[in-house]
Amino acid sequence: MTDQDALFQFLLRMGDNTLVLGHRVSEWCGVSPVLEEDIALANTALDMIGQTQFWLGLAGEVEGKGRSADDLAFLRDVWDFRNVLLVELPNGDFGQTLMRQFLFDAWASTMLGRLMYSSDKRVADIAEKASKEVAYHVERSADTVVGLGDGTPESHAKMQAALDLLYPYVGELFESDAVDAAMVSAGIAPDPASLRDDYDTLIKRVLSEATLNVPASKFTHKGGRTGYMHTEHLGHMLTQMQWLQRAYPGATW
Amino acid sequence: MSKEWPLWEIFIRGQHGMSHRHVGSLHAPDEEMAIKNARDVYTRRNEGVSIWVVEAKHIAASSPEEKGPLYEPSNSKVYRHPTFFDIPDEVGHM
Repeated sequence: MTDQDALFQFLLRMGDNTLVLGHRVSEWCGVSPVLEEDIALANTALDMIGQTQFWLGLAGEVEGKGRSADDLAFLRDVWDFRNVLLVELPNGDFGQTLMRQFLFDAWASTMLGRLMYSSDKRVADIAEKASKEVAYHVERSADTVVGLGDGTPESHAKMQAALDLLYPYVGELFESDAVDAAMVSAGIAPDPASLRDDYDTLIKRVLSEATLNVPASKFTHKGGRTGYMHTEHLGHMLTQMQWLQRAYPGATW
Repeated sequence: MSKEWPLWEIFIRGQHGMSHRHVGSLHAPDEEMAIKNARDVYTRRNEGVSIWVVEAKHIAASSPEEKGPLYEPSNSKVYRHPTFFDIPDEVGHM
């Protein structure tokens, strides 16, 4: 694996996380429980799609085969996606969506904070721009997790169930492999494992304020970011997300 | 207890505006979420640099039925406009 290959893989991981989660969150558009949350979720989804354009745009540039961000988003099949499994899981109820958002936002804010000091200026620039958006996302999702977790008995039970369901997917965000080792030695990105302490401090503060119990088990589902194996949900999502470009190749408007 | 979130009136100070202007209303469970919702609903096209929220029930308003006694008496009092003074040219634009 050359350094360029490793950088390409790293950028796909960043861009596919925001692409897949951005699409998932956009599925709430028009059907959220209240109008205000509907708009807020659409804003979050659009922010993440915007970040995707930067990450996958740079990925295409680094790959050097003339593929654009759109080509990478709409013309790859499931096995070529490099997002973590957490972001491709179905939305579930509103609480589950916000719990997943918080667990991801907390990682993204920690990761982007480090990437702002990347030795690759293109990566540092994207991180700086995205970190302002993510600072707001994590504030909002954390507040909602606290509001619902420390809310009524019903909302508390739903948030605890969401955390129990999603927490076993968190560990994949901190897995390291040869791609990460190459990024560390080039000074481009931190070792994911090195983010875990900051992440744990952040989520434990919020989840304890939300009166929720963090599951003890460190077991984690994984395979998304390496491309080894996705859940059955991603393929179904792509049939919707990619339908237009698959049915009408090259369509523009 | 009502299950509806209370209504909040939203005031935004624009990029170049001097004062906050009423832009609309929304529902939120508390004042912090009202500010966040206002950010998402009313500043997504870069409209503002500052947000005020006030719970609608705290706004006291004049009654439309009283508009006669309240406002008509001033219709005939044009001398209240400061347009009857000669302003020296040296003062320039006021």
